[in-house]
Amino acid sequence: MRPYRPKDNLQAKAYYNDRFWVAPRIPEEPVEDPVFAADLASLQEHYPIQRAYIQRGQLVIHIDAKENKEVLRYLKEELGYDVLSELSAIDYLAQDGEFEIFYQLLSLEKAKRIRVKCRIKEHEAIESVESIFRSADWSEREMYDMFGIKVNNHPNLKRILMPDDWVGHPLRKTYPLHGDEAAQWYEVDKIFGKEYRDIIGPEQRDAAFVDPNDTCNFARIKHEVPRCADPNSEPIRIEKFNDDAPFVETFDLKKAKIVNRDR
Amino acid sequence: MAQHQVNYAASGGLPVALTTVDKLVNWGRTNSLWVLTYGLACCAIEMMASGASRYDFDRFGVIFRASPRQADVMIVAGTLTKKHAEFIRRLYDQMAEPKWVISMGSCANTGGMFNTYATVQGVDRVIPVDIYLPGCAPRPETLQYAVMLLQKQIRKRSIFQKPKPKRLV
Repeated sequence: MRPYRPKDNLQAKAYYNDRFWVAPRIPEEPVEDPVFAADLASLQEHYPIQRAYIQRGQLVIHIDAKENKEVLRYLKEELGYDVLSELSAIDYLAQDGEFEIFYQLLSLEKAKRIRVKCRIKEHEAIESVESIFRSADWSEREMYDMFGIKVNNHPNLKRILMPDDWVGHPLRKTYPLHGDEAAQWYEVDKIFGKEYRDIIGPEQRDAAFVDPNDTCNFARIKHEVPRCADPNSEPIRIEKFNDDAPFVETFDLKKAKIVNRDR
Repeated sequence: MAQHQVNYAASGGLPVALTTVDKLVNWGRTNSLWVLTYGLACCAIEMMASGASRYDFDRFGVIFRASPRQADVMIVAGTLTKKHAEFIRRLYDQMAEPKWVISMGSCANTGGMFNTYATVQGVDRVIPVDIYLPGCAPRPETLQYAVMLLQKQIRKRSIFQKPKPKRLV
């Protein structure tokens, strides 16, 4: 939880400064659960396990990426983990130059969950597990779409979320949130052609953007000129409102003040 | 039947109304604005509520059509993604003239809270918009008011005037 700070003057300053709050790591516990210990011992007989620990009651094992299909087949057919609930990747390219790929498995019989993790380099491909778990089909397509990880022997490896002619892979840490150049002009290029870029203009992405020179679309508070007039011309004097409404109190403009926002 | 025969000369004049072609055509246009169902996100729920019995769009002659060829108005209700931009333009091009566009809600107006790579920052980058509706999502009353404003806008225009080319963005 964030510590409480008084919020008396919300308009004046921002009261949450920890914008990029870093979650503490979940502790790794030794494998003491009898079901997991038996499964792990059975796996270790056949395949080298790099690391194994328990996180929040789930067994996490790290394996070699080349053996992912065999390990998952063994887990499904011999150990009864028959549901692949999730499959995706995490971008660790900046730290280690690698992607981490995880498979989240569930055994309905044992009511246990296990997570299989492996790491591949940037331009390496991973073997598809679609022949074992049908649900891996779309997940692997999403992984390819979002991270650009190639999947070998996948029946239909193409983009699933982004359009087919999209440039780049958006879930990589290096992909800008507002899109690269191809993304920012995507709809203009596709519908009208590149020569229309000058006519339509770049995207306006600042929500608080106010053009002080544009009096057609924006009004400058306390300096309100007639619509589409020169911004430096004489402002309209509004002395009194609601002359014809007897019960409405006129707001005194001279008493108005603009709250100083310094964030 | 003879006893019900109306004597026009005696009871309030002949059944003749004098008007202009403009008024007649615009009367027809404004009172049968058939809209293309274009629900893209949560604004579509408000659009559907406007069409249902409580707010009852039928009284304005607004009837939802699922085909662009039979529609006069496109209410873009929701977030337009870049993947979809191509199709909204294609559907807009398929609508017969005269046609109008209502951009409903913050996402359709400016991209709204989706300040990301995958969202079109305002449908006016792709199709020309006549009325922008603020709100997230706008209430059905707001949509009704927009339709009434659009009717007003249509009534003002002469049908013999060449329509001004609509501005994009």
